[in-house]
Amino acid sequence: MLTTKTFLKKTKRGNILKIVREHYLREDIWCGSALCDKCPMSEPVLSENPESASELFSFPHYIVLDTCVVVHQIDVLEEKTLCNVIIPQTVIEEVKHQSSTIYKRLKDIIGNPGRNFYVFVNEHHMKTYIERQRGETANDRNDRAIRKTVAWYQSHLASSQSGINKSERVQILLLTNDGKNKELAAKEGLCVASVREYIQSLVGCPGLQDKLAVTEPERDGNAREYLFPPHLPPSLIHDGIKSGKLLQGTFYASRENFLEGHVNVEGQEKMILLQGHAGLNRAVDGDSVAIELLPEDQWSSPSDIVLQDEEDDPGDILDDRTEALSASRAASSERIPTGRVVGIIRRKWRQYCGILQPSPVKDTVRHIFVPAERKIPKIRIETRQSEVLASQRIIVAIDSWPRHSRYPSGHFVRALGPIGDKDTENEVLLLEHDVPHSQFSEAVNACLPKLPWIITDDDVAERQDLRHIDVCSVDPPGCTDIDDALHCRFLDNGHVEVGVHIADVSHFIRPGTALDKEAALRATTVYLVDKRIDMVPELLSSNLCSLRGNEERFAFSCVWEMTREARIVATRFHKSIIRSRAALTYEQAQLRIDDPAQKDAIATSLRELNRLAKILKRRRIENGALVLASPEIRFQVDSETHDPIEVEAKKLRETNSMVEEFMLLANISVAEKIVEEFPECAMLRRHPEPPVANFEPLVKAGHKLGFNIVTSTGKELAASLDEAVLPDNPYFNTMLRILATRCMMQAVYFTSGMLQPDEFFHYGLACPIYTHFTSPIRRYADIIVHRLLAVCIGADSTYSDLLDKRKSHALCHNLNYRNRMAQYAGRASVALHTHLFFRGKVQDEEGYVLFVRKNALQILIPKYGLEGTLYVVPKKGEVATANFVYNEEEQTQKCGDVTFRSFDPVTVQLSLDRSNLQHEKLVLKLVKPVIPGFSVPSSDEPIPMAIDEQDGGKCKDGSVVDTVSQKNKSSPSKKKRKK
Amino acid sequence: MDLISDQGLRLDGRRPNELRKIRCKLGVFNQPDGSAYLEQGNTKVLAAVYGPHEIRGSRTKALHDQALINCQYSMATFSTGERKRRPRGDRKSIEMSIHLRQALQAVIKTELYARSQIDIFVEVLQADGGNYCTCVNAATLALIDAGIPITEYMVACTASLANGETPLVDISHLEETSGGPNLTVAAMPMSGQIVLLEMSQRFHLDHLDKVMKHALRGCQEIKAVLDKAVRDHVASAGAACNWEFKTD
Ligand SMILES: [Zn+2]
Repeated sequence: MLTTKTFLKKTKRGNILKIVREHYLREDIWCGSALCDKCPMSEPVLSENPESASELFSFPHYIVLDTCVVVHQIDVLEEKTLCNVIIPQTVIEEVKHQSSTIYKRLKDIIGNPGRNFYVFVNEHHMKTYIERQRGETANDRNDRAIRKTVAWYQSHLASSQSGINKSERVQILLLTNDGKNKELAAKEGLCVASVREYIQSLVGCPGLQDKLAVTEPERDGNAREYLFPPHLPPSLIHDGIKSGKLLQGTFYASRENFLEGHVNVEGQEKMILLQGHAGLNRAVDGDSVAIELLPEDQWSSPSDIVLQDEEDDPGDILDDRTEALSASRAASSERIPTGRVVGIIRRKWRQYCGILQPSPVKDTVRHIFVPAERKIPKIRIETRQSEVLASQRIIVAIDSWPRHSRYPSGHFVRALGPIGDKDTENEVLLLEHDVPHSQFSEAVNACLPKLPWIITDDDVAERQDLRHIDVCSVDPPGCTDIDDALHCRFLDNGHVEVGVHIADVSHFIRPGTALDKEAALRATTVYLVDKRIDMVPELLSSNLCSLRGNEERFAFSCVWEMTREARIVATRFHKSIIRSRAALTYEQAQLRIDDPAQKDAIATSLRELNRLAKILKRRRIENGALVLASPEIRFQVDSETHDPIEVEAKKLRETNSMVEEFMLLANISVAEKIVEEFPECAMLRRHPEPPVANFEPLVKAGHKLGFNIVTSTGKELAASLDEAVLPDNPYFNTMLRILATRCMMQAVYFTSGMLQPDEFFHYGLACPIYTHFTSPIRRYADIIVHRLLAVCIGADSTYSDLLDKRKSHALCHNLNYRNRMAQYAGRASVALHTHLFFRGKVQDEEGYVLFVRKNALQILIPKYGLEGTLYVVPKKGEVATANFVYNEEEQTQKCGDVTFRSFDPVTVQLSLDRSNLQHEKLVLKLVKPVIPGFSVPSSDEPIPMAIDEQDGGKCKDGSVVDTVSQKNKSSPSKKKRKK
Repeated sequence: MDLISDQGLRLDGRRPNELRKIRCKLGVFNQPDGSAYLEQGNTKVLAAVYGPHEIRGSRTKALHDQALINCQYSMATFSTGERKRRPRGDRKSIEMSIHLRQALQAVIKTELYARSQIDIFVEVLQADGGNYCTCVNAATLALIDAGIPITEYMVACTASLANGETPLVDISHLEETSGGPNLTVAAMPMSGQIVLLEMSQRFHLDHLDKVMKHALRGCQEIKAVLDKAVRDHVASAGAACNWEFKTD
């Protein structure tokens, strides 16, 4: 068994440690080709007669790729054109080392059987392993290893095809972008080509050329001047950081000013400001950069002007005027530490959505791409399809940013669809919020149960049979993923039994399966206005897991015995089988409760549940739980076109609160149970208490109207919010609550072992411990909680990742990120539909002043739940039509005898400004109170008052980006919704 | 780190069920009564056996019905990547010594040598995972070389679980330290009895059976290699005295 192996030593030198590892070479690594008659493999991957579409290489061939080609041209590889490709293990290892995302994409391609990609383990093959020679760099050694593989394949396959006509024999073609490698390969007598040559020689795939990434700096003949200072090489950066001369941090570009950004240095509280082309030095938002602090006399302060990159392409020159503009204020006011980028540690480039900027030159292939996200610079791309793409939303990837180029260079990836089209815009917002929304893969679908799904006797034996109990579910109308149901019945001892039954998703999603991994990645179902992006395939979400009416379903039940005063006597958890008697809407349930004529089991239990819920809620509020507000709206959507036709605020009924109370109770009961059993690795949810400074705007706003808002504890805050009522302004209290919501921190998932028990506190709910148990169909955290609980009651077994607090911590990190993104995506979707709704409409609406700013009023329009800016100071170059006086002390804007204060009612006219294709804007104009020359009874004279709703939907959540830019932000962030 | 690649190879190029290369030599020294040198991959161990002989030191230690087995485990200063002084008799060595004695006592026919003592010294010259196993195996060879009667081979092997599902056998240092639970089994492969079982961390019950099976299979394979080495050694030693040794 060991005789076939030779044994070599491979020495790796670390810092001081000498590590010796064994490296076995084998003879049983097969070539993977169907035409080979020597290797005894069962399923060859490479096909027997690979057809060539290349004019340059007309003979049949297999392709071998080198690392650079994979890393840079992954977009080309993802196209289905290139097939029968051999990937040496050397390449896989290098790709893995360089970029984990590209590694994953490569693995996906290899996993696709239709593509015939074969991984050849050359590093462990007897004949293709090579040792690094003295003086040879690791890179050169790897290139040589790849060439060795090519040579081996060539001779290995040649002997199997000796009988075939020479021109029809399968040859091996090496694709490389490295000039030296190419030269050496040619010298060794191998077929070799650069990717560009090869792709250009392909017949019948013109679109592929556009996807080629630009790797080599294009020389236009005349040596061009460098526009940017050079980046330091990694070794110097490393030394600089070590010695403290350089700082390392993440770069955040400014949304308002494309020549400004800041760096968040680890372990430092203050941001470091970067300004100007040279200061930013080709850093792109999100990059990890090395910066050098400037001497103190060159420090600057953030400019408060809005500066967008100009419309047309000025060529490769940097505009001095714009530089001067941004630096003009440097001398005055408070300065903050300023630095400049000297090197890039890691690029965080992704693919960007945007549009093509029409090029003034006809018939050119070079174009400028404008990303939807303003923080991203424009990108230069080459395409031959500009006429088609001009009216489309497209995706582009950045390849490089050479020193002589004003813009980074990139390549076209794909088109999403026509600009302004609802499907396209939906796609854009999903991509921009990093929501995984592709179809579920074959591997995932293979994990699904086969239909017809039946309950077996074994299932019945393992579960409590609750099919005789009158269970029902209460949900919003049109809900197909029903994950909770309730029951209530009277016991003989005068107590009541209340059960919360949650869809048993963890029965179908087993740990470690492809389905499980996909669900963990997606983390949550994303709800857009007209679309739902499921976390699990529809068969589960809308059928097998959904607790539909009159169907037998598996559930995970939490059953309490309670007194009539809603005191818990005993709690039980068990897996069960239920049959919901009815899937009701909130409205239907309310009707049943309210109609005294209904005396059936469902109606009586709903009534009792409602009564208990009121007690629970009262008790919770007495404990200091907050009742917060955020304007939520619903669109009535046209059934055919799916365009919004009417907007209404969401109504809240007693039944909403009834369901909510029992879900909260179940979550708390489960949290207590799992943390007792798994003190180290229970997945919980906490809501940190906000720092006092967060409440400042709320306290100020209350103070002006004579209310003292106490924020020292949640309970006092709740009480003072309750007291703050203005009889003549019924919406005042709601607005205060909206403000309060914005002061809050984000609630997050965490692993109990990572924090102290007193940090588990949930501020909003005022309970010491909380988790999510009740929505496993649409939240992955709940699935983990289900698994933990199942182990607690002995219904399921553990697995190592479940008990690993570090892995669990990493999972929480992803869940929190995806949840945040899902929220933003949801809001962006509402904004998008608001825009669609206002197309071609001009409407007067009631609104309230939320904030008074230096140059604008922030208006809240309750009907649409949207917030807009009403500019009172005209844009540059326009004549002021009314003279507003801002009083900073009093926070008022005065014009003539009209004074605007916070919470004042106003009437505004809403319309849509579509002049900018990429960013449509809702425009607000004042109607009432009337200010001559400013307010608009009719829409004669348009006065620019713009808000920007589609700012990518990012909102303030204490993130560093906003805290800096807030000072001068003209369109402050959006409503922040919390559950 | 993935302990096993998509192509089914481990980090060092072995398949999950393959042992490392084993090389050994019996009778490497003349001074002791028996000695052996064993390499399992990069783990290299020397073992020497003295005895049976009279009890050294206090006679009160003597056992009236069987031999006293004295084991001593030590590691050479240069045995690991970072060089450090390893005093004899530190906690880890004492534990290892006890575990060694436990395993070897099970196969040595101690009842033949009442009131006497057998000393077994093992020294790890180079450590690369599975130190205990290599020591047990080397000690078994040294005992055979010393001509001390044993009931059968005492063999030890490690196993682990990659990616939570694939059992790995004979794990290297790199695999040992890359997480995952490690199982050490010392067994008598012919009778299938297990003498010692050790786990580095919690194992799920569902996997234990599977991993154990692989560890035992590893023991059997190691035994086959050792057995062949012993037979070859005896043949070459015998050939010097004009024996005719027939292998089956
Ligand atoms: Zn072959």
